[in-house]
Amino acid sequence: MLSRVANSIYWMCRYIERAENVARFIGVNLNLLLDMNSGTEQHWSPIVMTTGDQELYEKKGQAYDEASVLWFLTFDREYPNSILSCVAAARENARSIREIISPELWEHLNQFYLDLMREDSIRFALQDPQKFYHVILMRSNLFIGLMNNTMSHGEAWNFARMGRMIERADKTSRILDVKYFMLLPEVELVNAPIDYVQWISVLRSASAFEMYRQTKQTITPKGIADFLIFDEHFPRSIHHCVTQAQKCLYNILESPKGPVHPVGKLLGRLRADLDYMDIDEVLELGLHEFLDGLQVKLNNIDLNIGTSFFNIQHHAFSESRQQ
Amino acid sequence: MVSMNTYDPEGFYDELFTAGGVPRHGAKLLVEKINSLPQDDLFLRQKEAEALLLKMGITFNVYGKDEGTEKIFPFDLIPRIIPDEDWQQIESGLKQRIYALNEFLQDIYNDKKIVRDKVVPEDLILSSQTYRKECEGFTPPKGIWCHVTGTDLIRDRDGRFYVLEDNLRCPSGVSYVLENRMVLKRTFPAVFAASRVRPVDEYPVKLREMLEYLAPQTVENPTIGVLTPGIYNSAYFEHSFLSQQMGVELVEGQDLVVDDGHVHMLTTKGLRKVDVLYRRLDDDFLDPLAFRPESVLGVPGIMEVYKSGRIALANAPGTGIADDKVLYAYVPQIVKYYTGEDAILPNVPTYICRDDKERAYVLEHLEELVVKAANESGGYGMLVGPHSTAQQREEFKKKIVANPRNYIAQPTISLSRVPTIAGKGIEGRHVDLRPYVLFGEDIYVQPGGLTRVALKKGSLVVNSSQGGGSKDTWVLFPDENKD
Repeated sequence: MLSRVANSIYWMCRYIERAENVARFIGVNLNLLLDMNSGTEQHWSPIVMTTGDQELYEKKGQAYDEASVLWFLTFDREYPNSILSCVAAARENARSIREIISPELWEHLNQFYLDLMREDSIRFALQDPQKFYHVILMRSNLFIGLMNNTMSHGEAWNFARMGRMIERADKTSRILDVKYFMLLPEVELVNAPIDYVQWISVLRSASAFEMYRQTKQTITPKGIADFLIFDEHFPRSIHHCVTQAQKCLYNILESPKGPVHPVGKLLGRLRADLDYMDIDEVLELGLHEFLDGLQVKLNNIDLNIGTSFFNIQHHAFSESRQQ
Repeated sequence: MVSMNTYDPEGFYDELFTAGGVPRHGAKLLVEKINSLPQDDLFLRQKEAEALLLKMGITFNVYGKDEGTEKIFPFDLIPRIIPDEDWQQIESGLKQRIYALNEFLQDIYNDKKIVRDKVVPEDLILSSQTYRKECEGFTPPKGIWCHVTGTDLIRDRDGRFYVLEDNLRCPSGVSYVLENRMVLKRTFPAVFAASRVRPVDEYPVKLREMLEYLAPQTVENPTIGVLTPGIYNSAYFEHSFLSQQMGVELVEGQDLVVDDGHVHMLTTKGLRKVDVLYRRLDDDFLDPLAFRPESVLGVPGIMEVYKSGRIALANAPGTGIADDKVLYAYVPQIVKYYTGEDAILPNVPTYICRDDKERAYVLEHLEELVVKAANESGGYGMLVGPHSTAQQREEFKKKIVANPRNYIAQPTISLSRVPTIAGKGIEGRHVDLRPYVLFGEDIYVQPGGLTRVALKKGSLVVNSSQGGGSKDTWVLFPDENKD
């Protein structure tokens, strides 16, 4: 398929996944707030931290209060990772490949965008934020469902899924990183009594609480980190995401000869790390250091996907552009 | 209840009514249906249809102010109906005209017989901005130049159809024909079935067949693409829609490279050769090496590949000369010259400003005439005399005197009208008709076409960029009970 098309479909999915993660994180935090009675700043600043964009936020000189953070993360068009910016970017990508995706998927995404753009959607978000962010979550899930059920699972679909899995692995790692750091600043405290409400919210931020319960008896920080990094079956665990991304790559290359391909090499190494490491090793290394390294690897994989599929340098191409 | 019983054609030719409250033969069922709808139902259906178009993202981008914003192409629910006997004349007239224009293109880029025989003045051709010297001595695949045409027809007060403009470059709008039809079928299913309307849906199949026919004979499964300027082009939806319906690639200039004497697409698995391109990019932008050097939309070197016969382009570069608005005045003679027949579809009488006598007349009568620039489209560069201000007329006077070659003038035609939803009522609005013609192994005229409607009361300008909308066009099957 066309390189430009592959690029667009890959990014379309990354953007929707990004928007969904922001929405889920906000929703969980809103819920958590109901159980808390401490100051609001310490609730809303970590949300901005998980996006990795505190600098951008602070440049605007805004306080970390609910309304400012919600507006920034949801509606700010100047902030490229706000929900609206992400959905707009996804839709712009979709518009350039609508002959490739199914009409159902296009219409859904278009409606998603049009509704967010309506003037009263800001009012809706402020009046009933729980419901508002729930709707965003459901629309993202509907998007994925439509993609799985109305598009052929060929090359385009595999690029789409690969994009989603890489974005998701990155987001799960960020949620875990920030929350672990906040709730458990010192490693020695690993076995000290913990705030269950807070830790359950970490799981909920990855829609993981009930599924966690099915595999583990007790709620411990270590158990949670183990689950979100290493669980093979949970769809938002990093291990699962990397495994799925690798499968997509094999499907795209139409062979399991992944390792000879630059992206295959990188994905394979990361997969091996996740296959053969365990949570004790990770904690020994330092969770933050591990997750930081993981994010660098994911970025590198993304870069290599770009150079090997999307921006193929062609000699005739570059020559003619120079003339 | 909205009743059409009191509808008044107000002295214009009306496509649905013969006189106040009296529907034409083929429109009876539709009018009865609309009359029987409960209060406000028609307006509700209109709103639903508009919401549907927005949801489907059937939009165009607006140029000029609010750059980058999208709008739905305004759409009116009440269809225009064309009876079989009118259609027969349109169809045969278009086939004749397109055949002749294609002969003309082949002739002027090669033998120039028509110039030697003094039917068309040579300087007129050579001075046209759309004449392409690069095409001289070239014969495109299968000798076809104008593969896709959208000819603008109008009907005057007397009920006769006239050709207003030939569009032989990249005429757009056919996707609206298909989408409007889909909406109408949902809205008036029963009337639709009973009225015996000819289907339009085979267009994408016919378009694909035509493109396949152009591929070099040695290529077995030709790779076909639609070349678009990109998502910011006002017709982007159509490019995407047609490629989806035909099952071919939609490509932009940045997706294509010339290598080893062929045009290739950049794919995730390397280069893939392209054999046929339905290009929706004007000649000027097609190849920066051959035409405008600053164009970033095109494909450097594609003209060389084209001239060596390794890729087919539809429409062929150079067809613009045949829809130069001054040359238009000569088309009846062109038809006669190449077919030996009189034109079945007449032209609108046209004054050519390069002729001293005709120019003098035009300058004297600007108030009654419509003046057009030779190479503008989309309703730009045009003066509608009866609706103009003294200042506008003065401006055009200067323009004409400064560059007479570039202008023509025509009497103001009272375009026919169709009942149209206006606020909470139904009023007559002026329309034109753009049928789409494909020239491949034979010539195919899609039964229907785009009916464009000037939604502003009294306006004669139907272009979407100037407040125009569209309607579904119902061409009826021959009447079974006629004999």
